[in-house]
Amino acid sequence: MPTITHYLALSLILFTIGLAGVLIRRNIIIVLMSLELIFNSVNISLAAFSYFLQSINGVVFVIFSITVAAAEVAIGLALLVTVYRTRRAVNVDELNEMKG
Amino acid sequence: MPDVTTLIEVLLIVIKVVVIAMILFSLPMPLTWLERKVAGHIQVRLGPWRVGPHGILQAVADAIKLMLKEDITPDKADKFLFRLAPLLALVPAFAVFVTIPFGESISIPFIERDVTLYIADMNVGILYILAIAGLGIYGVILGGWASNSKYSLLGALRSSAQMISYEIAISFAAIGVVMIANSLSLVDIVGAQSGSILNWNILYLPVGPVWFAIFLIASLAEINRIPFDLPEDEGTLGAGFHTEYSGMRFSLFMLAEYVAMVTVSILCVLLFFGGWNAPFDMPLPIPPIPAIFWFIGKVSAFIYFFMWLRFTLPRYRYDQLMTLGWKVLIPISLVNILVTGYMRI
Amino acid sequence: MEQLFFYIFSIVAIVSAILVVSVRNPVHSALYLIICFLQVAAMFVLLRSPFLAAVQVFIYVGAVMVLFLFAVMVLDLGKERLKDSMHSQSILGGALAIVLFFIAFYLVYNGDIVAPLGAYTETALMKNTEVIGAALYTKYIYPFEVVSLILLVALVGAITLVMRHKDN
Repeated sequence: MPTITHYLALSLILFTIGLAGVLIRRNIIIVLMSLELIFNSVNISLAAFSYFLQSINGVVFVIFSITVAAAEVAIGLALLVTVYRTRRAVNVDELNEMKG
Repeated sequence: MPDVTTLIEVLLIVIKVVVIAMILFSLPMPLTWLERKVAGHIQVRLGPWRVGPHGILQAVADAIKLMLKEDITPDKADKFLFRLAPLLALVPAFAVFVTIPFGESISIPFIERDVTLYIADMNVGILYILAIAGLGIYGVILGGWASNSKYSLLGALRSSAQMISYEIAISFAAIGVVMIANSLSLVDIVGAQSGSILNWNILYLPVGPVWFAIFLIASLAEINRIPFDLPEDEGTLGAGFHTEYSGMRFSLFMLAEYVAMVTVSILCVLLFFGGWNAPFDMPLPIPPIPAIFWFIGKVSAFIYFFMWLRFTLPRYRYDQLMTLGWKVLIPISLVNILVTGYMRI
Repeated sequence: MEQLFFYIFSIVAIVSAILVVSVRNPVHSALYLIICFLQVAAMFVLLRSPFLAAVQVFIYVGAVMVLFLFAVMVLDLGKERLKDSMHSQSILGGALAIVLFFIAFYLVYNGDIVAPLGAYTETALMKNTEVIGAALYTKYIYPFEVVSLILLVALVGAITLVMRHKDN
C-alpha cells in the first residue's frame, strides 16, 4: 500500500516541474499548461489527504478546484487570443507594457 | 497465491473483453454493406450488387482494398501525431464498452455460475461513458492538425467546436435520465425502467420525450453524422479532417465512426427505451423472448434509423449548427432540468 | 499490487510532466499534458474516488485540453527555436524551483499527521458519488453557489473578451 508520503512526494515533484515550467518557458501557452500541472499536483495531495484522513472535505475541494481551473483556462485563453490580436506576441517577456 | 475463483473471474473478464473487441472490429463490415443498401433503396437504385448475392461480399472487397492501398503520409505532416491520431480516435470508441451492459446475467451450463453480460458495473457508469467518449475528439483534432493541410485544419477546428458545444447538451440529457433513475450506474438505470413500456424513460411524461429529443440531436452532432457532418463536409472541405488519410489509417477512422454510431444507438436504448426489458409481459403460452433479443432488436432499429436519416436530411450550415446547440438545446435542457427536479421531489 | 500500479502511474506522470515543460512544439506539449492528466485520474482511482477520476477525465482531458489545442491551432503557434524558448531569467527561475523542491521535500518527509481521523472509512467511500453529492449540497452549499457564480462570470468574461463588434 502506498502511504500518504508517496502521494505527497509525487504531488511535490509534479508541482516543482510545473513551477519550473512557469518560471523558465517564454511561450505563454506553455506557461498556462504548466499552471494546469500545478493545479493537478495540488489536487492529488488534496485527494490523498482526504483518503488518509478519512474525510470528504479534500475530495469536495478537488471538485471546486477543477471547476475554478476550468474557468481560469477559459479566461486565460480568451486573454491570450485578445493579446495575440493586438500585439502579435505570445512570449511573456515581450508583453511588458501596461498600455494596450 | 490467488485462489481458483479469482482466476476464473479474471479469465471471464478477459474472455468478455476479447469477444466484445472482436465483435466491434467485425461490425463495420455488415454495417457498411447495410448502409449502402439502405442508401440504394432510398434513392431508388439497387446498391451494391456485383460481389456476391445482393452484393453481400462488397464489404469484404472494400476491406481488402483498404488494406492493400498505399498508406500515404504527407511530406509536411507531423509524422508522429499523424500516425497516432487514428489510434486516438479508435481507443476511446472501444473503451466505452467496458461499462455498457448488454443484459443482466446468464447462467453458463458447464461451469455452473452466473455470468454478467457487462465487463464492469461502475457506480459512475454514465459519467465514465461521457468522459471517455469525449476523448474521441483528439483523433479528429490531432489528425487534422498533423496533416498540415488547410482543409484538414478547418475540418478539425469545426469539429472540436461542434463536439465541445454538443457535449454540454448530451450531458444535460444524461443528467435528466440520472435524475429520473436516481443512479449513475447503467444497470440501475435500466433496472428502473423494468416492468412495462409505461416505465420507460421515453414515456416519463412530460420530460422524457424532450430529453430523448435533446439526446438524439446532440448525439448526432457528437458522432458527426448527417445532418451535422460539418467536419467532413465534402462540398466545402474536401473530406474534412481525414482529407490526407488513406488506406489502413483512413479505415481506422471509419471504424471509430461506425463504433460510435453503435454506441449511440445502444445508449439511446439503455437510457430511454428500457434496455433489455420487454415492452409488455407475454400473456400467451409462448415462451418469453430472451432479453438479449429485445436489446439487439432495439439497437438494430436505431442503427437503421440513423442510416435512414443520413440519406433523407440535408446538411446544416455551420452557424445554424452552433445556434441550435447554444441557443436552443441548452436553454431547453435547463428548463427541463427544473421540471424534472420538480417532478422528482 | 497497488504499490506497483502507483509506481507505474507516477513514473509515467513525472516523465510526461517533464516533457510538457521541455518540448518545443506546443501541440506535443498539450499531448503530454493529456497523458499526465490521465495518470492523475488513475491516482484518484487508487485513492478510492472514481467520481473524481471521471470528473478529471471529463473536464480536464475532455474540455480544458481541447480548449488549449483550439487556441494553439487558431493562433498558429508553431515550433520555436531552442534559444527562443527560454527567457533571460530562466537559470534563476530553475534554481529557485529546485530550492523550493528541497525545502518542501524536507517538510513532507519529516511531517507527521496529527489530525484526528474522520468518519469516511473505506466502506463509507464505496458509495462515492452519493457521499460527495450529500457533502456538496449540505455542508458546502455556499461555496458551491460561489463556484457556479465564478463559472458564469468566466463564461460572460470569455465571450466579451474575444467578441469583435461588427461595426469596426
